[in-house]
Order: sequence, then C-alpha cells, then structure tokens
Amino acid sequence: MATEDQTTIESLDPRISRAHLSGGNHEDMTGLLHFQTYEVFHQNKRGAQHKHVGIVHAPNSDMALLYAKEQFARREQTANIWVAPSSCIAATEYADDDIFTTTPEKLYRNPATYKVMDRIQAFKERGMTPSDEA
Amino acid sequence: MYGNAYIDPNEKFSSEEETPELVAAFQARIDAGEKIEPQDWMPAMYRKQLIRMIEQHAHSEIIGSLPEGTWITRAPGFRRKLALMAKVQDEVGHAQLLYSAAETLGKSREDMMNDLITGKSKYSNIFNYPALTWADSAVIAWLVDAGAIVNQLANSKGSYGPYCRALERICYEESFHLKYGHDNVVHLATGTKKQREMVQAAMTRWWTPLMHFFGPSDKASVHSDTLMRWKVKMASNDAMRQQFMDMYIPKIWDLGLTLPDPLLKKNIETGLWDYTEPDWEEFKRVINGDGPCNAERLAVRRMAEENGKWVARAINNEEAEHVRPFA
Ligand SMILES: [Fe+2]
Ligand SMILES: [Fe+2]
Repeated sequence: MATEDQTTIESLDPRISRAHLSGGNHEDMTGLLHFQTYEVFHQNKRGAQHKHVGIVHAPNSDMALLYAKEQFARREQTANIWVAPSSCIAATEYADDDIFTTTPEKLYRNPATYKVMDRIQAFKERGMTPSDEA
Repeated sequence: MYGNAYIDPNEKFSSEEETPELVAAFQARIDAGEKIEPQDWMPAMYRKQLIRMIEQHAHSEIIGSLPEGTWITRAPGFRRKLALMAKVQDEVGHAQLLYSAAETLGKSREDMMNDLITGKSKYSNIFNYPALTWADSAVIAWLVDAGAIVNQLANSKGSYGPYCRALERICYEESFHLKYGHDNVVHLATGTKKQREMVQAAMTRWWTPLMHFFGPSDKASVHSDTLMRWKVKMASNDAMRQQFMDMYIPKIWDLGLTLPDPLLKKNIETGLWDYTEPDWEEFKRVINGDGPCNAERLAVRRMAEENGKWVARAINNEEAEHVRPFA
C-alpha cells in the first residue's frame, strides 16, 4: 500500500515531534532478521538444579545469554544461566505418552511392598525350623 | 514444548482432516483440564483464534509501553524514574514472552512484527489515547494494568500450555505495576489541591477508554460458545468488566475521586454494577485507525524497528569476535 498521508507526527513527547515521523505508512517492513530460538535454564543458587524457564530469540549463544539475563533474571535471585539452541533439544511425543504409564505390576519398585516381618514372625513362632521340616 | 518451540515459518502444518472423532478427543482433553501443547493435534479454528489473541496481546504490551515510556524522563524524582523504567522493561519483556508463545502456533515473530507495523494486526484500543499529564501515566499504571490483570488471570487458566505459562510469569510481574500505579495515584489524590485536580482530570479522561477496555458486550453467540468450550476465551467481556468495576470503583471513590457516569452504582438486587454504556461508535472508530494516537504509535514502532536494524545486523555478524556486551 502506498504512503497515503505524509503529515508529520506532532506528539506530546518532544523527542517524537523532533524525529519528524510521517504517519500513514503501511508498507511492509523489509530486512527483519529471523533469529533462531534458545531454551533458557535458570539456576537460582549454587547447587540447585537448573530449571527450564522459557525461550529467547538470538543469533548466537552470547546474545542468547544476554537476552536470557534481561528476560529471566531481572527479578529472581540468580546464580547461573544456561542456554541451548532449541534445535538441539530432542523430545518424546505426547502421542506416545503411554510409554510412561507405570503399570500396576511395577510394585516391585515400591519399598513398601517388601514385607519381611510377617515371614520372620511366622518363622520364630514355629521354633525357627526350616519350612520343609515344620 | 514451550521451549523447543521454534517453528520454521515455511513449514506447512499437516492438513489432517477434522474428523468428529479428533474434535471430540480434543474436547475431552480440554474438559479433563489438560493443557494443549504445540505438537498436539488441534482444530484449525483453535489455532487461528489463539494466534490472533496471543499476537494482539503481545502487540498491546509493546505498544502499551509507548505512552508510559515517554514519561520516563519527566517522572517526578529518581525513584519513580527507576520504577517506571522497570515497568516499561517488564512490558516489553511480556511482549517477547507472548510472541514466543504465539510462534509455537506457526506464525513467526517477524511476521507478527510486520503485521503490527503495517496495521494488519490490532492491539488494545486503550493505547491509542494520549497520556497528557503525569497523572495520566499514574492512572494508566494503576487501572489499565488492573484491567490487564483481570484479563490475564482469567486467560492463564485457559487450555493452551505455552500461553498459560507465559501468563503466569506476566501476572507475577504485573503485581508490581499495580502497586506502583496505585502509589502514584494515592500520592496525587492525597496531595495538594493542584495534584488532586490533576488526578481527577486524568481519571475522568480515562474512564471511557477503561469501560471500552474489555470490549463490547458479547452475548452468547455460537462463536463465543465454541471459544469458551475450548477454553480460549475464559469469561465474557461483561463478566470481566463487572469484576474490574467491583474491584476498583470502591478504591477510586475511597480517595474522594469521582467518575463521569451518574448511573454508576452497584445494583443490590442483581449484584452487578449499573452504568451508562460507553460510546461504542467511538470504540469502533478508534480501533479502526481513527484515534488520537494510532498514527503516532505505529510510526514510532516503525522508527524503532528501522533505527534498530544496524544493531540486529551487528549482533548477527558471524565474523564478529565480541558480541556479548556484558562482562
Ligand atoms: Fe504487561
Ligand atoms: Fe503491566
């Protein structure tokens, strides 16, 4: 679309008036750079786990660290930040989330299912004789 | 996978057919309170509405920082300058979080920026009004942010995971904006005669835009029913407006300030606020481009993008040895 209105913007902010901006320009922006994304991991104090907090757009890891500092460490106590390109993260599919279903047969992983006291008690009550001689 | 969210703008989404079975399974997941994640199947309309909503929200944050940003140099006192700078930085940060969330649905941040600057996308209408005095800046920080919080808290219980996670962080930061704005309004309202006049004038100016803020009444329509069922929209415009009025009108009156609506009162029988409908023709006119500041907002955003290009090119230079500008 062509520039339809070339009037200069008069603003309450003198800095904007001084910039002599023209309104009504609806032309597409050109040359917007497309940056990749980085995953940000935030550690609040030494020894704690780094936790995923979000993403930033950046052209390289140095800039990703800078943006991560501004975006995710401007309030919270922070000891350390990691960034990793999103393209380096491999993930499972939610569609396959049945692979994580802990089936009831996996009770053998549960310490509470190991009940030796009953058996010891019975053993003592029968005079500590072998099970095939009682 | 907010996080792991980069989506190639050229990538086409699978055009998997919208069978009744898929839609029913999708609805069941939402009814069970599960969050939808970017790689999940979703109806095309769900995707489209969410992009529109999150993108507009992001634009509102970034444009909303402009009327307040111009007051930083003129904020009275060093502490208020620091606080206002922090608030403006938060708002721009909110935009970044939201652009990232919208991007998970398949529209690139650069396309959204272009659509904002060329006027293809909308942003909250309230930012097309000027902050004439310091008191306006105080009223914005208190009440526009209060309105935003009502809206954002509701939406943070929605169904789309990346949007909810962005909103949780945003709501946490908004509480400072609200306190800061309230502090400024109280300071003026309990101050000199001149200060009281200033804040009263600002309150009067902002009342109509605040009543416009939640949008026109959206009585049950098939469209909004679907969006509610999908938890894209969490409350009706009227419900959110009533909640806002309930929370803030008493606090405004408490300061001895008045609002320019003679009908304004809580109806004891209905439990709702009675009020005069604001001029919705004005709302439509302004949102379609003919407001006091529309042209300025977009021109300033365009200038920022144009003038910042060399920075983007500089940090993007692979040959450069040192790009990290902090120790
Ligand atoms: Fe915000
Ligand atoms: Fe805010």
